[in-house]
Amino acid sequence: MSHPPHKDYDGAKLGMWLFLFTELLLFGGMFLLYAVYLKRYPHEFAAGGKQLNWIMGSANTVILLTSSLCVAMSVTAIQRDEPRRAVALVAGTIICAAGFMTVKYFEWSAKIGHGIYPGSAHLKAGAPGESVFFSLYYMTTGIHGLHVLIGGALLGWIASRVNTGTVNAREFILLENGALYWHLVDLIWIFIFPLYYLVL
Amino acid sequence: MSEEQHIISYRKLAFVWVALLALTALTVGVTRVELGAYKVLAALAIACVKGGLVIAVFMHMKYEGRLLRWLLFLTLVTLAIFIGFTFFDVLYR
Repeated sequence: MSHPPHKDYDGAKLGMWLFLFTELLLFGGMFLLYAVYLKRYPHEFAAGGKQLNWIMGSANTVILLTSSLCVAMSVTAIQRDEPRRAVALVAGTIICAAGFMTVKYFEWSAKIGHGIYPGSAHLKAGAPGESVFFSLYYMTTGIHGLHVLIGGALLGWIASRVNTGTVNAREFILLENGALYWHLVDLIWIFIFPLYYLVL
Repeated sequence: MSEEQHIISYRKLAFVWVALLALTALTVGVTRVELGAYKVLAALAIACVKGGLVIAVFMHMKYEGRLLRWLLFLTLVTLAIFIGFTFFDVLYR
């Protein structure tokens, strides 16, 4: 087969955006659950929210915003035919992702250390609204964390493709779509952060 | 590949990043003072502005064609409908 590989830049981008819209609806469902249960258990949610560490939440917000800046700059770099800079910027994003997960690790292990995890004896003995709050907290930040891990791995693979030149100034849709995925991770966190760490 | 590929300058991206950090500081500040229910509203309003900046500039939506913009609009309307209609039930049951 000697056909030139089929390329469809606009189609590839449209496909990525359609996927991102389903992701928005997925997280939208979790925010809806949060809103309904906040209405039902306002006091228990307030008590739960005060146990979350807003300083760690803020640190992770700054880390994710910075990671998003790096990956957005890497798209500019590849468009301007600066592949080395693009790789360095994606590496910066991955370092931020690792930083985010490290903070998350300390946060979760402190909570679990205090006996706060889904199905724990502590939560079973407490008010039902509190266990709902922490179940939602673990589910939402857990699925978000999974997206951080997947996004980091994806960007690592894309960076290696930039390094070998398969992704370049004429053919960069892979990096652009990877960056879009990463921005979605940031976008979701922009809403998780105030809802769980600040307003309660 | 589109010929009219728009390239966003590093400067502009950095500017948006600074704006996002400033808005984050504002959210933290607003929610540390006691405003009651208004702080939820204020925090969500700021989050929407931040989300808008990320989508428009970082995700290049500002420079995309009509199709993607309409699809984004459709998604947000769908979200608003399923959150809004659920609340008709939850609030006035």
